[in-house]
This record gives sequence, C-alpha cells and structure tokens, in this order.
Amino acid sequence: MEKAATRASDGEIVARRELETVVVRFAGDSGDGIQLTGGQFTQVTALAGNDLTTFPDFPAEIRAPAGTTYGVSTFQINFGGRRIMTAGDRPDVLVALNPAALKVNLADLAPGDQIITDVGAYTERNLRKAGYDANPLEDGSLKKYRVIPIDISKQTLAAVKPIGLSQKDALRCKNLWTLGLIYWLYDRDRQPTIDWLGRKFETRPELGEANIAALNAGHAYGETVELEGEVKGFAVRQAQIEPGLYRNVTGGEALSWGLVAGAKFADLKLFLGSYPITPASTLLHLLARLKHFGVVTFQAEDEMAAICAAIGASYAGGIGVTSSSGPGIALKTEALGLAISAELPLVVVNSQRAGLSTGLPTKTEQSDLFQAVFGRNADSPLAVIAACSPADCFEVGVEAVRIAIRHMTPVIVLSDGYIANASEPWLIPDVAEFAFEPPEFHTEADGFQPYLRDPDTLARVWAIPGTPGLEHRVGGIEKDYDTGNISYDPANHQRMTDVRAEKVARIADDTPPQTPQIGEESGRMAVVGWGSTFGPIGRAVINLRGEGYDVSHIHLRHLWPLPRNLGALLAGFDSVLVAELNTGQLKMLLRGQLLVPAEGLNKVTGQPFKISEIEAAVRTRLEKDLEKDNERRRVR
Amino acid sequence: MNDVASADRPTAKDYASDQELRWCPGCGDYAIVAAVQRTLADLAVSRDKTVFVSGIGCASRFPYYMATYGFHTIHGRAPAIATGIKLTNPELDIWVISGDGDALSIGGNHLLHVLRRNVDIQFLLFNNEIYGLTKGQYSPTSRVGTRSPSTPTGSLDRPVAPASFALGADARFVARSVDTQRDHLCNVLKRAHAHRGTSFVEIFQNCIVYNDEVFAGFTEKDVADDAQIRVEHGKPLIFGKERNRGLRLAPGRIAFEVATLGDGGVGEGDILVHDENNRVLASMLAELMPPAFPMALGVLYCDPAESFEAVVAAQIERAEADAPDADVNALLRQGHTWQVRS
Repeated sequence: MEKAATRASDGEIVARRELETVVVRFAGDSGDGIQLTGGQFTQVTALAGNDLTTFPDFPAEIRAPAGTTYGVSTFQINFGGRRIMTAGDRPDVLVALNPAALKVNLADLAPGDQIITDVGAYTERNLRKAGYDANPLEDGSLKKYRVIPIDISKQTLAAVKPIGLSQKDALRCKNLWTLGLIYWLYDRDRQPTIDWLGRKFETRPELGEANIAALNAGHAYGETVELEGEVKGFAVRQAQIEPGLYRNVTGGEALSWGLVAGAKFADLKLFLGSYPITPASTLLHLLARLKHFGVVTFQAEDEMAAICAAIGASYAGGIGVTSSSGPGIALKTEALGLAISAELPLVVVNSQRAGLSTGLPTKTEQSDLFQAVFGRNADSPLAVIAACSPADCFEVGVEAVRIAIRHMTPVIVLSDGYIANASEPWLIPDVAEFAFEPPEFHTEADGFQPYLRDPDTLARVWAIPGTPGLEHRVGGIEKDYDTGNISYDPANHQRMTDVRAEKVARIADDTPPQTPQIGEESGRMAVVGWGSTFGPIGRAVINLRGEGYDVSHIHLRHLWPLPRNLGALLAGFDSVLVAELNTGQLKMLLRGQLLVPAEGLNKVTGQPFKISEIEAAVRTRLEKDLEKDNERRRVR
Repeated sequence: MNDVASADRPTAKDYASDQELRWCPGCGDYAIVAAVQRTLADLAVSRDKTVFVSGIGCASRFPYYMATYGFHTIHGRAPAIATGIKLTNPELDIWVISGDGDALSIGGNHLLHVLRRNVDIQFLLFNNEIYGLTKGQYSPTSRVGTRSPSTPTGSLDRPVAPASFALGADARFVARSVDTQRDHLCNVLKRAHAHRGTSFVEIFQNCIVYNDEVFAGFTEKDVADDAQIRVEHGKPLIFGKERNRGLRLAPGRIAFEVATLGDGGVGEGDILVHDENNRVLASMLAELMPPAFPMALGVLYCDPAESFEAVVAAQIERAEADAPDADVNALLRQGHTWQVRS
C-alpha cells in the first residue's frame, strides 16, 4: 500500500495518520452552501477511490432567518477503505460554520471528536440568535472535544480580497475555503472542484475566481499553519470496489431513470401526474427534464387530479405514474380504488416523510406501510414494493412498471426522504439487463370482453380507446365477471373480490424467492427490514457476525404480496427482529400473515437508525436468549 | 368505427350501447342522450376514437349508454381523468359528462383548471340545480331558499352560475341549451365539437323527481319565446313572441336594457349585435335572469386559443427533435462519472 504523506510547513515529510473510515458533517446556515459543499466533497471522495454514503439534512423552511438554530443545514458523509453502508452513526469531525450549527450538532458528538469552527462567526449577535449566553469557545464547555478554532471569515476575506468583491459576496466563499481545508485534511484532489467552479460561474467569472481562490487558500492554510492539536492530516485508503464505470446517484435520479427505462422496455409513453410536496417533488423536477424521452409530466391542480390524470394516461394506453408523500397519498386514495377496480396499470411513488398530518416534511420515516398495503376503503389489493437505497431505486422503478403492466394493477413504490435525497456511488449498469417483454394491447374483437383474464396471472386484457370493435365501458361500480357491465349480483361481487385478491397474490409467482442479504438461511436470529434501513441493518449484522453472533439480515423489496417462501425462511430462525422506522408495521404484517413471533425494533425520531442501535438490540436479545438457554440446561 | 365507414350514414342508434337506460321516467337525461347520439351520427364520428368520461351522479351514468369507449370514474374527477387521456392520446375525441354537484362542488377545482388549461374536450354540465342520486339535497346551483332534505327550512348559500364561472376561469367556449330543445341542443353540441379546446356547455336539465319544473319559468312553451333569447354570432340580440324585443346598452351605464322595436323610434340598429368573440358581452349575457331579462341560450362565447395537449405535445416534439438519439444507457452516464480499475 502506498504510504500516505503530507508536507509540513518546514518542508519535512510527515506521515499522515491512516483511518479506515471517517464521518464528516458539514453544518452551517441554510444560506452557507452546505449541500453544495457536501456534494463537491462527495465527488472528489468517490474519485479518490473510497466507498461512501451521504445524508443531507436540511430545514423545511426555504430561507430560515440566518444564524438561527432552525435554519441549520447539514450534510454528512461517511467514507472509507471498506464497504460503506450508512452515512455513519455520528460525525468524527464536525465542521460548524456558525454558533447555531455548533449548538444543533453538538449532542451527536462523542468526547474527543473534532470540531472545526469559524470563530469569526461567533459575534454577539450570532451567539444570541443561537441561544448562547456565553461564547462556548471561551467558557470551557467544549473541553472534552478537540476544537480547531479558525477565523474562517477573516481568512476568506483575505483570500478573495484581490478580486474586489463586496464583503457580502466575499463571505459567501467561506464554504469553499472550508472545503479547501477539509481537502487538505483528507488529501483530496482539488482539481475537479476547480473545474466545476469554472463551469458553474462561466457567466460571472469573478465569482468563480473568488471561490477558487478561497478553496486554494483553505488548502494552503492546512499545509502551512500548524493546526491546533498538531493535526497533520489523514489518509483514507481506497476501498475494494468492483471495477467499472461509476457515478454518484440520488434516489430521485435513480427512480426517474428506472421509470424511463421501464417505459422504454414496455414501449409505452411515460406519464407523470404530480402535485408538489416535500420530499417527493424531486421526481417531478427530474422527469420534467426528460421530455426528449417522450416523457409527459403534468403538474396537476391537486393530488387527486395528479393520480386521476395518471389513471387517464394508463386508460389511454400509456403508463401512468403519480408521486407524492404520505399526506398526498392519502388524498389519492379514492382514485387508487378506481384504478384497482378498473384494473389498470399505475405506479404510485410514496417518498415517505416523518409524522402524521404535516409531520416533519424533510425528515425520514417508514410509517406509510399500512397506508400502502391496506389504506383504502373495502378490499382493494395492490402491489407494494420498496427501494432500499438510492441506487436500488433504478431497479425498483423498472420493477414497478413491469409488475403494473404484466399484472394490470397499481403498484405502490415506497421510498422515503432519506433515499430520495441521499446519494451513493453506483456501478452504472447496462440497462438491457433489466429488459422485459412489452405488453400487447388487445385487438381481437371476436369474443372480446373487457374483463377477459390471462389464465396464469389473472390480469385482464388491456383494450385501449382507439381500437376498432372493442368499444366498452369501465368504471368504479362493481362489474360482471364476464361482461364487465354493471352488476349488483351478490355472488358476482364475491367472485370479483376474490379474483382481484388472487390476481395480486399471484404476483408472488413472478418475483424471486427471498434470500438473506447477509448470513445463513437459518440460525439464531434474523433481522428483517425493508426500505432505507438496509444500510444500518447490513452494517450492524456484518459487525455482529464478525464478533461471532449467529445473525442474518433479510431485507424485503416485495412487501405485498410477500415472497412465497418468506414464512418458511423465517421459520428457520430462533427469533425474528423486525427493525423499522415506525411503531411496528412490518412486524404486524409478518405476524398476521405468517404467524411468526416477530419482535420489533422501532424508532420514530425522523432520523435513520444508528448502526450501534441495531447492534445493541441484537446483542441484548441474543445474550438474553443465551442466558435462558443456559438456565434451561442448568435446570435439566 | 367499422359500420360508420360503410356507405350508409350512421344513425343515432349506432351510438347507443345495448344497456337499458336506468334514469327515472321523464328525466331530462333521456332527451340529452338522444341529442348526443343524434349529434354523433350527424357528424359520423368514429365510435372507437370517441371516449365518454364521467364522474358520479345521475348524469354520470351516461357513458354506459353510449356505444363508444366510456369511463365512469369518481366524483368530480372526470376532467382530470380526461386530461390524462387527452395528453396521452390527443387523437381521441373526449366528452366529459357532469352534473352541477359533480362539476361545481366536489369537482369545482378540476373544472376551473381544465377550463384554464383549455384541454380539447367537450364538457357537458347537466344543471338541474339539485342532487338527484343522493336523493334530493340542494346543490351549489340551487337558488337561495331551496327546500330539500338537508335544507328543510330553505337553503341559505348563494348559488354559483355555471356559465359565469366558466367565463371567469377563462373558458374559450361557453354555450347553453335546454334538454328538451332538441334541435338547438344538437346545434350547440356540434359547435362544441368543432371547437378546439375545452367547450363548456351548460344544459338546463329537468329533474322530474326532486326539482321538477325548476326551469319552467323560461322553458315552458307559453313563456319560452319571451323568457329566452337565442344568441347567434353576428345577429342582433332580438327575442320575444313577436320578435320585437331586443337588448341594448342602457344609456350611461354598463348594463343591458330591454327595448321594444318601434317603441319611441327604436329600430333594429339600436339593438346590440351578438359578438361571440367578446368576453365582456358574453359575461353580461351569462348573467341575465328571467323574469327581468330573458335567459340567454346558444354560443355565448367562442374565442379559440391553443389547446393544452397541443402545446404539451409540441414541447415534447421539440425536445425529441433536439435529442434524436436519446438513449437510457447514455442518460445514466451523463454528468460526472469515474472509472474504477481492477
């Protein structure tokens, strides 16, 4: 392995300290460009050959008053020389650009963690806005941390002075100065960011120049000034990463591309009907830019119109998609019933957010599982699948389109705020790997009935307007099993209810059997999850197995119908722990459907699981079991 | 449609489905479905290219009785469904059938937006000023004081005027007719069909069970000539049994007054000429109420503008023309990428 080194101020080569993984959290005011700073650091870190995961966390307010605690925006990145599965339980380094950022994030630090902060921002006014009575840099309250106080504001102003910007514009380069310092700290290449700044400020070259000057000055500062605590910089070695072409991808991007790919395979016009809602709007923004793929995006007047337009699109022979978050999905519920009754394909994306009602719009939770599976009037079955990471959204997008068309059913895709906004490196696949057979519209008038069914899947025929000889009427009133005409016949309603349920149940014949993501197919304990808990559960299980615990990780993509073999698979474990960011919805589903004595590990703070939380829960349970076993043996 | 392609002119029957009509005996909807079927036959439209979309209510059963494609959807949402259909396949000829509750209560928002977007559909609003299917509650078009199961001592809220609402929402085609005036209705429907963009047609429809004769004041034979004015583009606004009454602007005010031809030297030249491109005139006509004024029927307003699905399609076509080789694999590789070597 290459020996990492850095040059000290006197020209002497000093060894950089090696780290396996690092978690850096950038925190500052919403207006400080924190997300942008994080994005740049992510890119150069990927280029440096580290694996990584990021977690952007920003306030719901668009421009919260500067300097306040509720205006703090953060971006956390976990990177390292091994597979990185989460954004990290807590930061090793906190970069706080003002007192509010320090105040909000301090609780997540452990003694000995590093804080880099801009002392220039600790003015009386800013301290007051952050709710500090005394300057925490001076009152000894930060004793247990390793604080590196730098007057970043002053340094930035000095660095960009030759360019002659206004004080306000000059101070806006503070984030780049800080980024330069962090680049030095972790030995990152500045060039990609310099190139990017050049492109970004093409029309205002003086701003580009100033930002580049700030970046370089921050880097030079690290090189030449002895940082408090004799920090000499770190080296993080490259991870063992599968060779190939990579990019960073957010869940929003991957999902939009997956839907486009699915529509291409299906040879159908992709139609998105959507109404803006946090954190789901990204999909609307992204698909609106893909018109050259024939994508139609329709910003509807409300959530009901958004799904209804999508249903109209599918009725007319396109693939209708609608996207929202929990409260918006609630508004779409009646129309979902229509799509189920009319047996039309439809993809409904729910980027879940935290809390009931308006809740915590920018925070993450998994509390809409029941809403997805059961949340409609009457027996109204549909398919539910979940994405487990940003990159996974691509495959899930394709899969949603495939199931919707093949089984003539609405499919709910559960994503969440974390998946939609977080990014991870992605080994870019050849899309041909995911291709499926395009659907055939029904054209044969002889013997046509609108509810003719495929004998295997029970999907009804798709006969679209414009087809001569197939003129027919559908709607939300119960239909005759054969003719599709209105029917109030009691036995017919039973039969139609049964066939709708069986049709959705048979989707499980068409999806792969469940296997553990990590570990054996039987053992002491299975930790079961779905959605964005994939990373923390996976890392926890890997760590626990390293310690000798007999535990496997089972992560579900298909939530309704459940995989056919799931009951048998879970029966092979002494205990089943379902870890989810809600109060126990998948746990109840598994108990109810499979009669497994699943237990829950639940959290609803609006924040992802920490790896340590899952590790602790598994250890406690397995050790308790062990004690019980031992006791039993003693008793015998 | 198969049989229309033959040399024989289609008949209204060619557009009737095999389903038995299930409205109350004497319902105005019977006359409307017959008028629509006759209109489609006169226009010889293709059954397979025609879609009837409806929401919920008595009127919304309409699609089941047409031998075209039909989608009976949910309460108030038909305009949104129709928008999705039209954007996906602009070739389809779409009629939305709605009632006063469906279009102006639960679906008021969708009506507003389909009108302002100007999606190329025909929107027929059967106005009977009552909720029929839910058994007679007052509706958003019911007059103040309407006694109904939900307003036993009379309704208190002021009604919405459908045509005025449509004009306010920037509809580019607003017309009115009456269920029983077959020829007039058919002509209005033909004009609506010919118009590109949303054609809004309010049809006064009698609910024989819950609101019988609510429009009798201007539809009954003995009063109709004096209580209605059938407007026609380019023709003077004249009405009355003797065709001797007309509308003119009151001196010094922006308001109509009824003038009698020959009275005090009033000649035809003093009467306003209908200009269906004039939205101000259309709004004034829409607000006329018997008995002081005649009820205005016919095409009140027609001023075509670009239809929504056409501009949406044009934008997509431009994007496709600018990127003829759009490829998903290339899309995934756009932007910043890096190679990891073994």
